[in-house]
Amino acid sequence: MEKKRYTLAVLVDNSVGVLSQVSRLFSRKGYNIESLAVGTIENPNISRITIEVLADDDDHVTLLCNQLGKLLPVHSVKLLQTNHAIRRELVLIKVRAATSEDRNEVIQISSVFRASIIDVAPESITVAIIGQEDKTEAICRLLEKQGILELVRTGVIALERGSFTIDEETKAKAEFNYGKNVL
Amino acid sequence: MMTNGADILIRCLLEQGVDTVFGYPGGTILNVYDALYNCRDQITHIRTAHEQGAAHAADGYARSTGRVGVCFATSGPGCTNLVTGIATAYMDSSPVVFITCNVGRNLIGKDAFQEVDITGVTMPITKCNYLVTEADEIADVVREAFAIARSGRPGPVLIDILKNATAAEAEYVPLARSMHHTQGRLQTLIQRASHDLRPPEPDNNDIDRLVEMIAESKKPLLICGGGVVRGRAHREFEEFATRLDAPVAITVMGAGGFNGRNPLSTSMIGMHGTQASNMAVDNCDLLIAVGCRFSDRVALDPESFASQAKIVQIDIDRSEINKNVKTDHHIIGDAAAVLERLNERMPRYQHKEWKEYVFSFPRETEYQLTGDALTPKQITDAIARIAPWDSFVATDVGQHQMWAIQHFHFDYPGQLLTSGGFGSMGFGLGAAIGAQVSHPGKTVLHITGDGSFRMNCNELATVAYYNLPIITILFDNRTLGMVRQWQTLIYNKRYCETDITVEPDYVKLAEAYGLSGRRVSCIADFEEALNEALECGHGYVIDCAIDVDEKVRPMVPGGARITNFLID
Repeated sequence: MEKKRYTLAVLVDNSVGVLSQVSRLFSRKGYNIESLAVGTIENPNISRITIEVLADDDDHVTLLCNQLGKLLPVHSVKLLQTNHAIRRELVLIKVRAATSEDRNEVIQISSVFRASIIDVAPESITVAIIGQEDKTEAICRLLEKQGILELVRTGVIALERGSFTIDEETKAKAEFNYGKNVL
Repeated sequence: MMTNGADILIRCLLEQGVDTVFGYPGGTILNVYDALYNCRDQITHIRTAHEQGAAHAADGYARSTGRVGVCFATSGPGCTNLVTGIATAYMDSSPVVFITCNVGRNLIGKDAFQEVDITGVTMPITKCNYLVTEADEIADVVREAFAIARSGRPGPVLIDILKNATAAEAEYVPLARSMHHTQGRLQTLIQRASHDLRPPEPDNNDIDRLVEMIAESKKPLLICGGGVVRGRAHREFEEFATRLDAPVAITVMGAGGFNGRNPLSTSMIGMHGTQASNMAVDNCDLLIAVGCRFSDRVALDPESFASQAKIVQIDIDRSEINKNVKTDHHIIGDAAAVLERLNERMPRYQHKEWKEYVFSFPRETEYQLTGDALTPKQITDAIARIAPWDSFVATDVGQHQMWAIQHFHFDYPGQLLTSGGFGSMGFGLGAAIGAQVSHPGKTVLHITGDGSFRMNCNELATVAYYNLPIITILFDNRTLGMVRQWQTLIYNKRYCETDITVEPDYVKLAEAYGLSGRRVSCIADFEEALNEALECGHGYVIDCAIDVDEKVRPMVPGGARITNFLID
C-alpha cells in the first residue's frame, strides 16, 4: 500500500524534554519522522512543532494524534488537511561556482526560482529558497549540474488557510483535558 | 524558613498526608534518608529486600487505599530496579510517586558511579517525570507531581533529584494541600491560556444520547472495567446495572468494581472469560463499557468483538476512545459522575428474556474432581469458606491468577491486587506488603504460583522483619503452568523450558526467613494449614501440591473470536 504524507501541528509547553516526549510516540509506532520543525509562537512559553510522517491511513494518524493529545505538556494537536494548508520550507544550498560561467548559471537559475543569493565566495555560491518540495526539489535538480557542496532544510512549517487556528476550543480538546485535570 | 532540599522534600510529603514510604537507601539519596530520620514518627518507612519489591509495595498501597503510594530509591541500579514496578503501575493506572536521587551536578553526564538517565528511561512508563536540579524547585515539583499522579486518569510520576539539590539550602514556605493549585507550577498549569484542566464534567448531550440508545436496546450488556475500581464508582455502577437490568461482565482490572455475587454478574470476560460473558458479548445489541480499554485480553479479535452491538465507551481518557475497538458513542468523564447523571435520567428497565438467554450459559467453570489430588478449585473454595470475606487478595501472574479471579467474588474496589495490564510475575508479594502495611488489622492473602514466587520471594525477609501476617498460598505445580498450558494446547506438547524439576523446599525457605510453612497435598491438610496461618499472626507459606496438567478453563486463544473456546 502506498503511504500518504501527513502534516501534524502540535502546540506544546516550551520546556525541557517535551520534544523527545513527542518524537518518542512516533518512533514507538515505527514511524520515521520525515520532517520536523520547532519554534516558539507569539507566547514564548509555548512552542509549535510541525511534524510530517508517511503513514498507511487516516486511522493510524488519528490514533497518533490522540496519544499526542493525551501528553500533559501538549496543548493542542491538529492534523492539517493538505489542500487546506500552507506548507513552506527554507532550503540553503551551497553550490560549487569557481568560474564566472558557473556563477552566472547559478544566479540565473536562482532568479527564475525567486531564490536569494546569500553568500558568494571565490569557489562557491550559497542560495536560499523558500517553498514546497516540488519547487525546492526542482532547483536542486538544476543546481546538481554545478555540484552541490552542502544542503540543509529547516523542515516544513505549515498553517491552515483561512481564519482557522490550531487552538480553537473544540469538544474533543475539552475531552482530552479532562484526562489531564490536576484539581 | 531556610532548610535543605531533602528536608523540604520530606515536609512536602507530610503536606500530602503521606504516612508510609517504601524504599531502599543508597549513596545519592542519603540526604533524604537523613531528613526522614527527623520525621520517623510521622512517616513509616518500609525497607524492602529489593527496589522492585518496594515499587510493587507502593503500588499495592495505592491500589488498596485509593491514595497515592510513595517509593524511594537511589540512583543507578536503585532506580532501574524500579522500572518493572513503574511500568506495572502505569499499565494499571495506579497513582504512585517515585522519588529517586541522582549524582550531583558536578558529576551528572560524566558516567559517574551509579549514574543513569532515569527520566529518559522512564519517559514511556510515567504520566510525567521531572529532573530537579535546584533545592528551591523541590516543593513546587512535589506538589505538582502528587496532583498529576492522583488526578484525571491516575498513574505513576517520577521525580529524580540531583544529590546537590537535596543538600542545598532553600526557603520552604508551608502550604496546605487545598491551596497548592494557587501557586507555582500547578497554578501555571491550570491557568495556561489554552488549557482548562478542570475536573471532568460529562457532556449532557452525550448522556442524553446514551439514554436514547438504552431505550432502543433489547439486549444491553455492561462491562465493568478498571476505571470503576480506580474511580471508586462501584455504588453508582451497581445502581446503573440494577436500573438497566442488564448482565454485567467483569474484566480482570474491574474485579471489585461490581460484586461477583450479584445475580446480574456474568463474571469474567475475555480470554479466560466465562461462557455467559463471552456469549453475551457476541449476542448483545448494546455494549456499554465503563473504564475499560478493550485490551487484547478482552477484545481478542477487535473486528468480531460485539459485532452485532452498538458499542459505547465511558472513559476519563479520551485517547482510549477508538484505540482498540471502534465505538459508536463515547462519554468522557469520571465514571462516578457519568453514571450518576445516567442514573438520574434513566427509567428502570427489565430485560428478562435477554437475561434468561445469557444466564443459560454457565457463569462458572465446572471442575471435576480427579482422584485424591488437591485441585485449584478445592483450594480457592476452601479459602472463600475459611478466610474473612474482606481479605485482600494479591496475586502474581499466571494460572493461579486466573483461578483466583475466576473463583473469588470481590466485594469492594481495591480488594484484588493484580498486575492485569503489564502481567508482572513477582508483583504479588510486594503488593501484599503494601496492602498489609496500610491495613494492619486485615487478612492479606498472597496467591501465587511457583514460577512467580521464585521471582521475588526475597521479600519474605520484609514480611519477617516487619512481622506482617501475610499468608502466601503457593499453587505448586512444578512448572510454569500458563506457558505449559499454551504448549499443551498450541505447541503440540513440546514442553520447552517450562517444567521446574528441582524446586527449593518452600517450607524450609519460609523457615529460613523465620516464618512458618507447610506443604499440603490434600484438602483437609490445606484447611488445617490455612486455619493455622490465620491464627498464627505472622507470615506463613502454604505450599500446595497440585497436578502439573491443571488448566485454566475456559480459554479462547489470542486473536480469536470471543466465542471460539479452545477448551471450555
